[in-house]
Amino acid sequence: MDSVETATALWGAVVASGIYHGVNPGMGWPLAVSAALMERRPASLYRALAALAAGHLLAMAAILFPFTALLFLAEWQREIQVGAACLVIGLGLYLMVNRRHPRFLARVPPSRLALWSFLAAMAHGAGLMLVPIYLGICATVETDAGHAAAADLMAGNARVAALVALVHTLAMTLSGGVLALGVYEWLGLRFLSRSWFNLDLFWAASLILVGTISLAFVH
Amino acid sequence: MNLRPDPTFHATPKLAMEAPAETLAFTLMLSPDGSQPDGLAVVDVDPSSMSYGQIVHQLIMPHTGDEFHHFGWNACSSALSPLTGHAFLERRYLIIPGIRSSRIYVIDVKEPRAPKIHKVIEPEEVFAKTGYSRPHTIHCGPEGIYVSTLGGGGPDGTDGPPGIFIMDCETFEIRGRYEMDRGRQNKHYDFWWNLPRDYMVSSEWGLPPQYENGIVAEDLLSNKYGHSIHFWKLRERRNVQTIDLGENHQMALEVRPAHDPGKDYGFVGVVVDTTNLQGAIFTWWRRDDGTFEAKKTITIDPQPADAADLPDLLKGFGAVPPLVTDIDLSLDDRFLYVSCWGTGEMLQYDVSDPMAPKLAGKVEIGGIVKKTPHPNGKVFGYGPQMVEISRDGKRVYWTNSLYSTWDDQFYPGEGGGAMVMAHVGPNGGLTLDEDFFVAFPKGYRSHQIRLEGGDCSTDSFCYPSV
Repeated sequence: MDSVETATALWGAVVASGIYHGVNPGMGWPLAVSAALMERRPASLYRALAALAAGHLLAMAAILFPFTALLFLAEWQREIQVGAACLVIGLGLYLMVNRRHPRFLARVPPSRLALWSFLAAMAHGAGLMLVPIYLGICATVETDAGHAAAADLMAGNARVAALVALVHTLAMTLSGGVLALGVYEWLGLRFLSRSWFNLDLFWAASLILVGTISLAFVH
Repeated sequence: MNLRPDPTFHATPKLAMEAPAETLAFTLMLSPDGSQPDGLAVVDVDPSSMSYGQIVHQLIMPHTGDEFHHFGWNACSSALSPLTGHAFLERRYLIIPGIRSSRIYVIDVKEPRAPKIHKVIEPEEVFAKTGYSRPHTIHCGPEGIYVSTLGGGGPDGTDGPPGIFIMDCETFEIRGRYEMDRGRQNKHYDFWWNLPRDYMVSSEWGLPPQYENGIVAEDLLSNKYGHSIHFWKLRERRNVQTIDLGENHQMALEVRPAHDPGKDYGFVGVVVDTTNLQGAIFTWWRRDDGTFEAKKTITIDPQPADAADLPDLLKGFGAVPPLVTDIDLSLDDRFLYVSCWGTGEMLQYDVSDPMAPKLAGKVEIGGIVKKTPHPNGKVFGYGPQMVEISRDGKRVYWTNSLYSTWDDQFYPGEGGGAMVMAHVGPNGGLTLDEDFFVAFPKGYRSHQIRLEGGDCSTDSFCYPSV
């Protein structure tokens, strides 16, 4: 596969994972419906979505940027990619065995949706899932650019990290937002319990899958 | 763990009302003298069934002396908030505490007609992990299962105040105390909350020496039972406001917030006003600034009676007090049912305007003086007590025992455990069903009722009805 195709596929994965996070009620869209109904104002729906998005974006950034810093060690790129893939697989395996949800999440008051969204994304490894994809994109950029100066490379990688976090969060917010608005305006709350599936195992499996695929493609 | 949310979880009270009607009820059986173990009765409430109105199964516990009182589910509609992180729990276990023994039973009702004991938590574990005793009300909420207690530590339960502790909703391990700052709260009874608004309301009965061996008349007449309600920041676990209802308003018991979380009010029942023997209901509400207020909105007068018809405790008063011992609110927040255990009346108030309740229906049955028989002719001992409403609001069930030692003081002699049901008219009104009269086995009294799939005092909803 050439690097353009690879890059396209990886950006596709960034969007797809965003949609995947967004449509899962467990990541928060029902809270936007609740906010609008509680406050009897449609505007509250958008405000809640924005808070959820801010928390999620921050969580993505908090996970991706440390890897940007690591990539400074350019000659270790391969090892970093392998390490990140193993980390993601490890988290997937852990979540498969330990199916408990972290209890501290239940202590966050409903008024602090951004904080809740940040903690929920961190606790479930939503950011970590992006790391192998992000590292893959950085690898393709580097191949294209050849041997750029280290500082330029670093800045480029940081830009990619920011873009990955933004694109992913945008996809998540739009897909969750469409569902929240749909339930609020047309579908009604009966849709909530009908559309909620237990994805715990599937989620753990997707982490393992992402890690494994990235291992397979490490050059 | 389910792959989909439990079908008995509903996002809004309205959706719960539209769900299929209950076919079974679970009712606690208690042996007042502790001579037999307490139990859980499974009652057939499906009118199309051959065994309608009968106890179809009894699960008898392995210990004696527990004194069953209130109980609740491991999980309810509150699980449908993403904030809790446990949307896929099953409504499968009944948590039944013994308020005399402090033992807690976890009963698996997956096979509702053949429930079995899943786990027993011994009293020593409750004492060691919480410092509380005499567990009572159960609610499932954000952090798991919340259990209110009526006693603190020590043999008579007065070493420290009683409070709430939290149990894990999957393993049923006791996690520890709920409170981080209890403020002025030093007695406990009931509690409930508004989950999206993040507040809890709790009430007060009395300390164990004030109830375990019977009501203490001197304490009542000197207003030493509880008369305050407490408001908490639920997730901060902090008491933010205490409202004293006035010391004459003795024993503030059941707390019933509006089921629709978009409404910021609720009710609390007061057993007796010591200045005039009235029963009372207070409406409490949250103001825009987040503080709370409460106002007496219902009073129920005592009824004059001959001293000869009254038990020793009441002879001096020449009247029988209503004794408001339980209240329950229908899921549409329209009707509040008020048990007058002393006078033998079940009152139905239209509380569409929570500040101006209107009497809409009434049934007379039992009572200290009137002793009104059931329309089928059978004697109904004691008076209407623990009341439970069907989700659709069309049927109201109740039993007749208050608490072993108090039963004996107000209604000397054995009255027999019973459970009855009344139909609700489309615009209010209450009529007893002649064919529904569950007589409990000899030696057992009946207490709280839980309906299969949830009822009007178990489920907390996270979304307003639209």
